[in-house]
Amino acid sequence: MSLDLILRVGTKLVLPFILLFALYVQFHGDFGPGGGFQAGVITAGMVILLAITFGLEAAQRIAPQALVERMIPLGVLIFAGTGVAGLLMGKNYLDYSVFSHDPAHGHELGIFLVEAGVLITVAGTMTALFYAFVERDR
Amino acid sequence: MVTIAIVRQRSLFGVVILASIYSFLMASVLIVLDAVDVAMTEASVGAGVSTVILLATLHLIKTTEMRSVRPHLLPLFVSLGTGAVLVWGTLVLPSFGTADAVIHKHVAPRYIADTIKETNVPNVVTSVLADYRGYDTLGETTVIFTAGIGVMLLLRGARRRGRSDRGKSSP
Repeated sequence: MSLDLILRVGTKLVLPFILLFALYVQFHGDFGPGGGFQAGVITAGMVILLAITFGLEAAQRIAPQALVERMIPLGVLIFAGTGVAGLLMGKNYLDYSVFSHDPAHGHELGIFLVEAGVLITVAGTMTALFYAFVERDR
Repeated sequence: MVTIAIVRQRSLFGVVILASIYSFLMASVLIVLDAVDVAMTEASVGAGVSTVILLATLHLIKTTEMRSVRPHLLPLFVSLGTGAVLVWGTLVLPSFGTADAVIHKHVAPRYIADTIKETNVPNVVTSVLADYRGYDTLGETTVIFTAGIGVMLLLRGARRRGRSDRGKSSP
């Protein structure tokens, strides 16, 4: 217990910055490197670090298993729903220009929605996989 | 060198750590090649999450590789042959960085020229990934979804079966 004090305090200090970096990678993906996939993996990495240091219960308090497992199909639904919205509004599937009067802004919004879908699915899948593996040896 | 170390290593724990190092090296190579997005993915997935999941797998199984009973000459020939064919294939590729290679003349100039006008997104990688090639990314997301569901079904199903077996044998 006392031996891993530095590890625990260090993890506590670094966790919010990992999440902040994930959000930066997600929302700055339009301008710099990054996007939904990388941000999702970094978010999952935060939860996994929490689980490794403080135990599975601590991680499942902030990312409950039911939520994580629902995130997997939710992201795909957001992505596919973005496409269907374009279809319903009279354009092709995954044509984002319908979301705004200015097609470029519509595309920007569409990319944002799609990246959000990718983030949710990737973060959910990675975390759920880790949970599934860890729960096996119980 | 890392690959040779991976092949010679018998302890699977060492193999996982070396594979993680290999991923980091590949990420550095990708940064040198100016593919920052791919490098980021390689570093976070290859060196981060997959290492953790492999270690979690090692926790469930034995961690030393069995010594194989047969000499592995045929696999060696297959891999050497495949490698030779791939190297032979690269001989006819245009040399790295040529501006008039076929791949730079197809749709790439249009994407680079029109991405700001059409999508307001300066990072061409993002606009190609999420907009021009949206179908591909939808497919990738579906692959991740399917893979995650599949692995969870396998692990859960096995656990439930194990539990019911235990329940049968105990009384």
